[in-house]
Amino acid sequence: MDELEKVILDYVRKEYLEEGDERELGVATPLITGGIVDSFSMVSLKRFLERKYVIRIPDAEATPAAFDSVRAIAELVEKLRGAPATA
Amino acid sequence: MNPTLTLPPAAVTSPWTAAERELGYHAGGPVNLGWLTSDRICALGRGAHPALIWEDSQGRQRRYTFDDLRRLSDAAAAFLARQQIGAGERVCLFLDRVPELYFAFLGILKLGAIVQPLFSAFGEDSLWTRLEDAGTAAVVTQRRHLGKVRRIRSRLPALRQVVVVDADGLALEPGEVALALEREPEAEGFPVYPATAETPSVLHYTSGTTGKPKGAQHVHGALVGQFQTARVALDLRPDDVYWCNADPGWVTGTSYGILGPWSNGVTQVVLDSGFNAARWYEVIARHRVTVWYSAPTAIRLLMREGSGLARAHDLGSLRHLASVGEPLNPEAVIWSRETFGRPFHDTYWQTETGCIVIANLPGLEIKPGSMGKPFPGVTATVLDPVRLEPIGERGRVGLIALRPDWPSMMRGYWGNRTAYESRFRNGWYLTGDRASIDGDGYFWFVGRDDDVINTGGHLVGPFEIESALLEHAAVAESAAVAKPDAVNMEVVKCFVVLKPGFVPSDDLELEIMNGLRRRLSPLAMPQEIEFTDSLPKTRSGKIVRRVLRAREFGEPLGDLSTLMEE
Repeated sequence: MDELEKVILDYVRKEYLEEGDERELGVATPLITGGIVDSFSMVSLKRFLERKYVIRIPDAEATPAAFDSVRAIAELVEKLRGAPATA
Repeated sequence: MNPTLTLPPAAVTSPWTAAERELGYHAGGPVNLGWLTSDRICALGRGAHPALIWEDSQGRQRRYTFDDLRRLSDAAAAFLARQQIGAGERVCLFLDRVPELYFAFLGILKLGAIVQPLFSAFGEDSLWTRLEDAGTAAVVTQRRHLGKVRRIRSRLPALRQVVVVDADGLALEPGEVALALEREPEAEGFPVYPATAETPSVLHYTSGTTGKPKGAQHVHGALVGQFQTARVALDLRPDDVYWCNADPGWVTGTSYGILGPWSNGVTQVVLDSGFNAARWYEVIARHRVTVWYSAPTAIRLLMREGSGLARAHDLGSLRHLASVGEPLNPEAVIWSRETFGRPFHDTYWQTETGCIVIANLPGLEIKPGSMGKPFPGVTATVLDPVRLEPIGERGRVGLIALRPDWPSMMRGYWGNRTAYESRFRNGWYLTGDRASIDGDGYFWFVGRDDDVINTGGHLVGPFEIESALLEHAAVAESAAVAKPDAVNMEVVKCFVVLKPGFVPSDDLELEIMNGLRRRLSPLAMPQEIEFTDSLPKTRSGKIVRRVLRAREFGEPLGDLSTLMEE
């Protein structure tokens, strides 16, 4: 697990995993299909990522599939960090 | 027991009598929803027929027959009786879509208690408000959500028992008890409570513009409406495999995710998992789903994934598609026709109405974007907003109103007679929605007539959000309004005035968003916060949300003469 994945994983664990939810959370754990993050909560996760990494995640790329695991999110962030900024 | 039912006088002469006959009702006798949806199907010789095909996000699958349903709901009823839960008491189901939810739902009804299903994503404040209002005696939950119940329990004096359905290895606290239904002793011959048609059955909470959420109280006789509309509007037939996407924390998930299909003896699929388009299509293909009841928000999410994904699966089993929760946009109707070879049929109803009241019935020509026509046996119109009399002129927008004489109509708001009576004028039930009727009698939805926010098919009350916002140390004033959204139709947007000494920042916005999500629910979390120096107010100091909402929708601001000068 790299640093990016670790930051995202820690944030998801802190913000979205309910106290008492004893499920093991790893970089491949399904977040959306697993009911840990829903499509509404995705917005605050997206907002966190955009601020933390100074990127803009286009709505078309902020899909449930793209946010379904920490690894998938990290890949998306990595891709957008390398992309030229768009309006 | 014999399936019998006494209906209110107005309904006796209505077309609903066909459903009564079908269900074998005899006026004056007892009737029980739990019995009608399980034991009765077994008595009809279909005990071995699949009732529930359940899957979760990890792909685990379980299957239950109607005989299992009968047996396990009896066991749930017997268990609750041993916990000294009695008829008329409120028992909350605070569970994900696990099989125990469905058995406990029917068991509570067999016991004569009142089921209070609540969305398991509710945060502590939302949960407390609803449990406190209902004076709930017991909560059935799972370890994943137990923490929320524990943290508010000391403020719920009426709550005597917390039942945990997956407590193996868990250290329970006083007042908590484990329920492992599969290991419960057989309760053959459990004495089903002799409810009548007017006996309270299900309590669903819904939000309004002002005050706390209100509990719409339904009765056992409501089944006549749910049975008939499931059969006619959803076109359910005995050998169908039916999938309703709704969570039983909301009324669609009980009226058409439990009662409607099972009273018709229909097999239903339940997927206890978050949204994933590919997984949804796999479920339809693998279980050969024939009837699918979904929501416009979900359909729009599927549209975003494209038709190709749908075409990669064998969806040829689908025979009828229907939708509920918010207006179905014409593009979605056209897309589903192109993608699935058949259109989604929009249906309209509310927590209060208990069953579908306006619909695009099978066989009726669909006008994409229209709500359809009143269900047979339901009298619907639009009223002039001032005179509150039906509008004769076609195409003119008014308030959707219904004659409250169908069996599934709520019988009251829990402990709030004033709010209940405020919903009726001149013999009409006022839905709070606006529409017009065209020359062919089709209804066309326009929007809410109040400040309630319809997000993803769920109503969210601004008062609850604003009350929670004011508890944040930085917030002086706030207003929560609807903002248009391409997927969810509307989302919550909050305008916030900060207290002196606080300055707007991205971090503060995110902190407020996450705080509301945890305390209330993800639905109530604003998708956007706008920090502002002041809010529009009347001269008496009341915040005028309609002005903020109109700005978001790009609509005329209306009469501003009563607003306070800035």
